[in-house]
Amino acid sequence: MTCTEFLAKLDDLIDDTVTREMRADLQEHLRGCEHCEVTLSTTRKTIQIYRSHEIYEMPAGLRDRLHKAIMERCKKGC
Amino acid sequence: MATIQSIANENEPHPDVALVERVKTGDISAYDELVRKYDRQIFRIAQHITQNREDAEDVMQDAFLKAYEKIDQFQGNSKFYTWLVRIAVNESLMRLRKRRTGRMVSIDEDIETDEGSVPRDLADWAPDPEQNYTQAELAEILRKTIQGLPPGFRVVFVLRDVDGLSTEETAESLGLSVPAVKSRLLRARLQLRERLARYFKRKKVPKEKGVKSDVH
Repeated sequence: MTCTEFLAKLDDLIDDTVTREMRADLQEHLRGCEHCEVTLSTTRKTIQIYRSHEIYEMPAGLRDRLHKAIMERCKKGC
Repeated sequence: MATIQSIANENEPHPDVALVERVKTGDISAYDELVRKYDRQIFRIAQHITQNREDAEDVMQDAFLKAYEKIDQFQGNSKFYTWLVRIAVNESLMRLRKRRTGRMVSIDEDIETDEGSVPRDLADWAPDPEQNYTQAELAEILRKTIQGLPPGFRVVFVLRDVDGLSTEETAESLGLSVPAVKSRLLRARLQLRERLARYFKRKKVPKEKGVKSDVH
């Protein structure tokens, strides 16, 4: 397997949607390729960092404003 | 594991189905529950697309109001959240068009870019690289990095990897094909990885003369 072929399957490997045979082939490639090993681990880390850090906090009061707007809309007929 | 989970989900109705049914009978508290469940995610998506806090606030409000008004049109063929995201994405794009008058804004145009298609920065990252920054610094790095991506990549990454929607749900929310979502996701992940490497890669420690690097 070449690095290009590995890269084409990178998402499937990360998302756990590869067949057992494909997984074995990918792991075989990883054993001999430090570059792809680093690409895989750092891509996983990228996803994990974005998933675990909220970068856009919802402003305080926005939920209440929305609630009021919905109640207002409801007056016209729910 | 994903397969087992999706089979289990198919057999049980999604908890939102009952809430939506209550809303349809005029129970506003059920809608409040849906708002509390999803308002953060909708705000986040709107912020990622519009890149403007005021617009994101308006989009969140308009999307929930519109979904409320159109709740009878929701057939339950898809998840309520997927349907809501689609409304929020459309509202966000409308906001962008208003700001950039005359300029078409779309997330379905294919972006021709080779950036990130081949990883260039191959240095490994420090273990727990985020520990080297304060929460505020880290949030700024993450914001700046994702803002550099084309909007169509950004929103696919957020829906798939941050919100945890499936590829099919992401495609449905954005009106894109499944192969288009897959291709954007790979490029988004690789571009973000490449850009974050600047901040997170392991610092090279200069080797001292006469000291063997493999001695621990």
